[in-house]
Amino acid sequence: MTAIFELGIADIRSGIVDGDFTAKEVAETFIARVSAARPLNAFLVETPEHALAAAEATDKAKAAGETLGKMAGVPIGMKDLFCTQGVATTAASLILEGFVPQYESTVSANLFQAGAGMLGKLNMDQFAMGSSNETSAFGNVISPWRRNDGGNSDLTPGGSSGGSATVVSGRIAPAATGTDTGGSIRQPAAFTGITGFKPTYGRCSRWGTIAFASSLDQAGPMAHDVRDCAIMLGAMAGFDAKDSTSLNLPVPDWEAALSSNLAGKKIGIPKEYRVENMPAEIDALWQKGIEMLKDAGATIVDVSLPHTKYALPAYYIIAPAEASSNLSRYDGVRYGLRDLPDGAGLQDMYAATREAGFGPEVKRRIMIGTYVLSAGYYDAYYTQAQKVRTLISQDFDKAWNSCDLLLTPTAPSAAFGLGEKMDDPLAMYLNDVFTVPSSLAGLPAISVPGGLDGKGLPLGLQIIGKALDEQSVFNAGLAIEERAGFFAKPEQWW
Amino acid sequence: MSIDKETVKKIASLSRIAITEAEADAFVPELNQILGWVEQLGEVDCSKVEPMAAVIPNKLRLREDVVTDGEIRDKILANAPMAEHGFFAVPKVIE
Repeated sequence: MTAIFELGIADIRSGIVDGDFTAKEVAETFIARVSAARPLNAFLVETPEHALAAAEATDKAKAAGETLGKMAGVPIGMKDLFCTQGVATTAASLILEGFVPQYESTVSANLFQAGAGMLGKLNMDQFAMGSSNETSAFGNVISPWRRNDGGNSDLTPGGSSGGSATVVSGRIAPAATGTDTGGSIRQPAAFTGITGFKPTYGRCSRWGTIAFASSLDQAGPMAHDVRDCAIMLGAMAGFDAKDSTSLNLPVPDWEAALSSNLAGKKIGIPKEYRVENMPAEIDALWQKGIEMLKDAGATIVDVSLPHTKYALPAYYIIAPAEASSNLSRYDGVRYGLRDLPDGAGLQDMYAATREAGFGPEVKRRIMIGTYVLSAGYYDAYYTQAQKVRTLISQDFDKAWNSCDLLLTPTAPSAAFGLGEKMDDPLAMYLNDVFTVPSSLAGLPAISVPGGLDGKGLPLGLQIIGKALDEQSVFNAGLAIEERAGFFAKPEQWW
Repeated sequence: MSIDKETVKKIASLSRIAITEAEADAFVPELNQILGWVEQLGEVDCSKVEPMAAVIPNKLRLREDVVTDGEIRDKILANAPMAEHGFFAVPKVIE
């Protein structure tokens, strides 16, 4: 029998239902994995008691013959952007050190309601601002993956959901929550050989999720495979009156409707995603993806998304603008850090607190956001960016006239080494070139592992779908998964 | 348009972030690089385009005008760096 720690959500669930093992055994297995994985620095807080309590409730419910929830007995990792009642939550920033939420985020509450337990809070890029997990105030997360060149250099798991990617790929947790503002679920999933799903904007409530850029932020699952993501998203999503942009729509049973038969589906290949200096291996993977989807019955069509090159610059106006507004709440008055120099007044306290509490990338984005929203520049930068965003969204609408889904690479490279890109903010931003356009348009998208590069590192393929058509995105992801034969796993060295 | 050190200090002040002289110096090239790069958006003809208001068409809901929350003062104050007599406490403000 496969060791419990190798199992994902679906297998854990059926193993518990069939009596192969108890939820308590599952929780204990992963709690031990968490303790053993401390060198990877993936967890900011460990909560074994939470995982054990949820397991006990599952075992009791099973003994009583009750119907078990979708996530019953599955201990998950929780990105530290989700407020968890009674468990310290910092968004990996010093400015929230010591903050213990008095309430539960809707997404985490939904997951617990479905029977999931929590192994702990996961490290991430500070306030989800970053693509390599190097902006955390509490140290880098290290990827379980290593290049096959014999070197032992530490690699990034990607970001901002880097802790989530590390624990799922290292089989330290069977699944984890992520959040995606410009690619923060999909890029780390691609870097670590796991599956990550960003739903349509509004599917998952943002209530209790620490805000970065509210018009872009969406929660989603990071798990072993497509089926596990479908199960977990089903447990996370749903209408929530406490989020004004929450979609008041029923949550489909994505898992039940999974089908990798793509007969009749048209898949668009956007020519603008063939970016300059794209590594040959990424291009080859893309071609392989096209063949796999054809094999599943789909028709391939060329499409054009003419404003693609403007997506990143628009994103780097809109996201910092929203961030500068959202992060104005950290003032040293109501929660988190307070830095009060001797004799300082209120204004000095604000400035000193924010200087001490925010990391360099967070400050950089607040400064950019403040500038583009300031008097005299608002129209030239912010309004123009929001207009370009309309054009980007219209590009997708036009593409849907000739196709149902889009296939692209997830990221322009495999995982890079920690420290390799930190000196150049712009080079780091370019990591999200393939994921940002669909974020700006609020569309659902998945990253599935497609293969390994020459150095033995995972590469991901991205499927983008129409708004609310998560099902087709899952199905095309499944078609790739069934054909890619991706079974590579990092060797345990930690 | 190019940003100088004075502008950086002004933005930092608007952002309520106390920055050192050295940090201000470092921000000048960084912000100029990023802002120079986003300025390519100016190439796009947007004269007939409305700015995006919502990515997914969604009506802003109204709720019943009733009290649904409250009596949670202690919870709200639980994380305050300093709370006194049921209030958030801040340094004395005398203008």
